[in-house]
Amino acid sequence: MNRDNSLAVLVLIAVIIFVPLVSGSAYVITIGVFSGINALIAIGLCILMGYAGQVSLGQAGFYGIGAYVSATLTHHYGLPVPLCVAAAMIVSAFAAVILAVPSLRLKGHYLAVATLSFGEIINIALNEWGPGGPSGFGDIPTFNILDFIFDTTTSYFYLVWGCVVLVLLFSFNFINSRTGRALRALHGSELASRAMGLDVTALKIKVFVISAAYASLAGSLYAHYVTFISPSSFTLFYSILVLMMVVIGGITNLWGGVVGAILITILPELLRSFEEFDVLVYGLILTLSLMFLRRGLVPLLIEKIKQLRGPLIARD
Amino acid sequence: MLTVFLQFLFSGLTVGSVYALVGMGFNIIYNATSIINLAQGEFVVVGGLMMWFFSDSLHLPFIVSICLTILSAGLVGLLMERLTIRPLKSHDLLLMIMVTISVSIVLRGILAFKFGKDPYDYPAFSEGDPLNIGGAIIQQQTLWVIGITGLCIILLYLFYNKTIIGKAMRACAVDTTAAQLVGINVSRMVMISFVLSAMVGAIGGIAITPISLMEYDNGPMLAVKGFCAAIMGGLGRGRGAVIGGFSIGILESMTAGYLHSGLKDAVALVILLLVLFLKPAGILGSSAAARLRKF
Repeated sequence: MNRDNSLAVLVLIAVIIFVPLVSGSAYVITIGVFSGINALIAIGLCILMGYAGQVSLGQAGFYGIGAYVSATLTHHYGLPVPLCVAAAMIVSAFAAVILAVPSLRLKGHYLAVATLSFGEIINIALNEWGPGGPSGFGDIPTFNILDFIFDTTTSYFYLVWGCVVLVLLFSFNFINSRTGRALRALHGSELASRAMGLDVTALKIKVFVISAAYASLAGSLYAHYVTFISPSSFTLFYSILVLMMVVIGGITNLWGGVVGAILITILPELLRSFEEFDVLVYGLILTLSLMFLRRGLVPLLIEKIKQLRGPLIARD
Repeated sequence: MLTVFLQFLFSGLTVGSVYALVGMGFNIIYNATSIINLAQGEFVVVGGLMMWFFSDSLHLPFIVSICLTILSAGLVGLLMERLTIRPLKSHDLLLMIMVTISVSIVLRGILAFKFGKDPYDYPAFSEGDPLNIGGAIIQQQTLWVIGITGLCIILLYLFYNKTIIGKAMRACAVDTTAAQLVGINVSRMVMISFVLSAMVGAIGGIAITPISLMEYDNGPMLAVKGFCAAIMGGLGRGRGAVIGGFSIGILESMTAGYLHSGLKDAVALVILLLVLFLKPAGILGSSAAARLRKF
């Protein structure tokens, strides 16, 4: 982890601490909670796409598994929440391995459609066999650690963004580790990395599992926050939304995932005043930002800062 | 027993026709540009809703309405290419695909604003009693849908094989640079591919709306199914999308009929996954051709 990223994490922590203090409005903090949940998945997809060069249109599937497994375990069996969240992550990781082994032979469009099918199959399965069927179920316990219950919006905001910081730290370490360097080699040229003796398949599976685990964590946090879940929250539309966050933020930088997630979460709220135009304006903003930002917001900003500060700033 | 089977078969062929048309639309654009146009489903919705607008709201004659609908869909395709794909001129295919998704959101926004969130339909193309084929009851519109799809397939085949523009578009599909070198105007071919693909999608929408109704947000599901059809048959292969579309349609209606209606989408997807895992280039595709693809 280099100096700029450490600095950025510190700034992020400061912002996280200050947002609820400055803004007393529960509405703003609630949007903050959802931004954080989305950021978790977006970071996972960023690693998968930007560093391993694999596309996934099935993140909603892992998000759904995370939500349903930990919600069912806590609601029906009364197990402690953190334990169930961890269990859900393990289940998602297993699902990711099962999906990854045959899928990762595929490339580009084919990989996209395989992951898309996986996500849709999970969604249909939740509709058919999930507790409550299409209408879902409620009364899911709020997140708690031993006796401390995260029952206020502000405490949940700190919980979610605490997870985001931990996931970011873990991810930065991961991409700067031996595996991370191998990944970048893989992204550069699969053939060359094979020739250098890298176990390409194992690498791809590892990243796939990590991104699934992040999505699962996000799903669990979502379920224990809204305390009601139904299959309609875990559709292809959500997978595409996450992809949009990552592309607008910039896939080549983990901060792109965070920034993209915040922007895409806030955008519909800002467009409320457009009423029946909201879908149209939303689409126009997405189209224009894709057309003019191209490589994503964060890489563009970094470039601008570099131009201002000269060669002092480290790369990445 | 056979009656029930025939009934399911015909309903499968009907939905399958639309999937096949959407799948062919994907192939038309993919061959010219390597882009997967995920706004393909919206073209179908534009077809259905504009047809309603011209024939039921403006009371124009049937043939005039069809022509105007197909033309306006072509215009949508043209505008999409002119305003987003051409100015972008990017080689980043992921970015291009995301742009087509965001265009589809814009189109949905416009459709929702113009038509609201109600389902629309208009009378079938021909009046008369349903037909009885081997005991199965078939609406006349079903035959229209299948017939129109067949006609589209033949016309597209003739276009690609007998006309100079069609041949030029096939050349672009094989190698864009080489096509440019022999004097083919590649960017015009890209434009034509968007117009053509929008028209093919709209024709599907015009034909199916009397049977299955049309809502402003039907697009994404149609796009997913059509995309699966194209992939199943081997992306970029005209015949492949037709076979893929009909197989998915028939599988769906058989599952809905014999097993459980909630599972119909899942079965098609499971079969698709199996095809991908066992023969990634599609039923008809060769793996060598698939490796040559850019994305």
